[in-house]
Amino acid sequence: MTMNSTGRPTSISPVDGAGTLTTVTGSKGLLQAEGLIFEIGSTDKTGVDLAMPKGIKSRLGGVTRGAPTGLPGLTEPEAVRHYVRLSQRNYAIDLGLFPLGSCTMKHNPRLNEKVARLPGFADVHPMQPQSTVQGALEVIEELADWLRKLTNMPAVAMSPKAGAHGELAGMLAIRAALIARGEGETRKRVLVPVSAHGTNPATAVQCGFIIDEINAAPDGRVDLEDLKSKLVDSSDVAGIMLTNPNTCGLFERDIRTIADLIHAAGGYFYCDGANFNAIVGRVRPGDLGIDAMHINLHKTFSTPHGGGGPGSGPTVLSEALAPYAPVPFIVKTAEGLRFVEHHSEAPDSFGRMCAFHGQMGMFTRALAYILSHGADGLRQVAEDAVLNANYILARLKPLMSPAFEGYCMHEALFSDGFLKDTGVETIDIAKGLIDEGYHPMTMYFPLVVHGAMLIEPTETESKAELDRFCDALASIARRAVQKDPSLKTAPHLAPARRLDETRAARSPRLKWTPEAPTLKAAE
Amino acid sequence: MTTYYTSEHEWISVDGDVGTVGITKFAAEKLGDVVFVELPDVGKSVKKEADMAVVESVKAASDVYAPVTGEVTAANAAIVDEPAKVNEDPEGGGWFVKIKLADMGQLTGLMDKAAYEAFCASQ
Repeated sequence: MTMNSTGRPTSISPVDGAGTLTTVTGSKGLLQAEGLIFEIGSTDKTGVDLAMPKGIKSRLGGVTRGAPTGLPGLTEPEAVRHYVRLSQRNYAIDLGLFPLGSCTMKHNPRLNEKVARLPGFADVHPMQPQSTVQGALEVIEELADWLRKLTNMPAVAMSPKAGAHGELAGMLAIRAALIARGEGETRKRVLVPVSAHGTNPATAVQCGFIIDEINAAPDGRVDLEDLKSKLVDSSDVAGIMLTNPNTCGLFERDIRTIADLIHAAGGYFYCDGANFNAIVGRVRPGDLGIDAMHINLHKTFSTPHGGGGPGSGPTVLSEALAPYAPVPFIVKTAEGLRFVEHHSEAPDSFGRMCAFHGQMGMFTRALAYILSHGADGLRQVAEDAVLNANYILARLKPLMSPAFEGYCMHEALFSDGFLKDTGVETIDIAKGLIDEGYHPMTMYFPLVVHGAMLIEPTETESKAELDRFCDALASIARRAVQKDPSLKTAPHLAPARRLDETRAARSPRLKWTPEAPTLKAAE
Repeated sequence: MTTYYTSEHEWISVDGDVGTVGITKFAAEKLGDVVFVELPDVGKSVKKEADMAVVESVKAASDVYAPVTGEVTAANAAIVDEPAKVNEDPEGGGWFVKIKLADMGQLTGLMDKAAYEAFCASQ
């Protein structure tokens, strides 16, 4: 073994059988073993030590808690360490390529974070007098202006708090427009392609519509003939909900025809704008005949997301739907910007969707992203997203089975065709990726592709990182074709091995209960 | 008692004017471990080829379509309580519902066992 000048070995000696070494602590190297917070917490500790206030008079009217709460007590460093240790078992966009793509989260430029933390944006309160938050209102209005221009749509509702909330805004606007036409009771049928995001039919049903599925053509796009057959009797058609590019990562080339067919049938065109990141700066939805479309700010404009929020789903509306937009919305007056909040000022509005004005923190970040990229930069975002996905498609095409022929948009989609007769399934490929240090890709969605594997690298990955990922996936694909049995038991190197999803779903334990009732109340 | 099959992988076993309906062994294997089943209420009218029940596995949630039009006369609560029964015996104890057929003629468009097996082989 070679030594350096201070006598330390320059390389470590290999340990046979990685992971077989057991430790006293249960930790592996610097990866700490960590129990549940209830298991590590005890009742005689607390992060904050407050003296019991004197002379308290209970105002609870005799419903004071009698039994201990059973909450675990931890000191502040213990609580911090608990969550940091858990976070180290997680995979994150800041650790490496995330093949789930922008659906979960793409890179959050740190400039956005800096801007969002400026006190004038970060510390405003929604109930402050509007005259004191003119700058914040200007941010909302300027972002709204960009969204209107990028989509070529005349109006945008800024308050929806997530993509699905934006869908709800769009469909409620469609319902309001139908009611205003006197057709609210007769036009109930909403057409939804089979490849749609699950939220589309769910939203329509939530608004009282009935779903009619449209089949996919062999090329993965909407089957126009099937669509036409469902419009033969169109007196009950409320509209269509279509994603473009669709969930198969393909541009719906017939979108103008589809819009014309729907409009001729008396319906409205809702576009699921989840995949706007693939076309921003290149295609304006308003030019395609779309009546309403939500924009997921995290997908196209890089705001943080995942783990339950915060989302933001501004929804652009056509001339036909604009009068029904939800309150509040901003208007310019001689005294400055002002929210229209009430029905009296917006009689046609379908109403209010949330208490305040939407996700201010997301607006600031999205606008920072837009302004730092500029119009040409945003166009390049879409172009690079599509280029990166096609690079992955091209590199893996010889080993895996692309779901459809031709180029893709921002997502490369493979079926499990190449796994036929190997005994290996999509799930095993996903688990193999974990061993290689990657979070798995989207799997088994869209449902129209058998054993689907959907990979969205996003625009920020370098060629070197894409190559590293492709090398890993290519190696797994080769092992699969050679029927490597170790794939069936992967992951081998992850902190947790293959989890029993069936048992977790059939008999979930959602509540921690102590082995014995030993826990006393935290003081 | 004759059993018929649909291209959506449901089976219907007809006795008189009542058919017992479930998903096929092929479908159950494709779905993987079933973890949740939602059945229509007894008395509900179902329409041929319209969704009637929901079956969820660790891989996906799928609609189960009614193979015929009619009225639900019984629902198999056992598979709601214990979804594993669908995997254990999909074409027996893992049945979903019984439907009183509105139109016996609808059976003629369905496949017999041999035709269905050939259909599955082509999938």
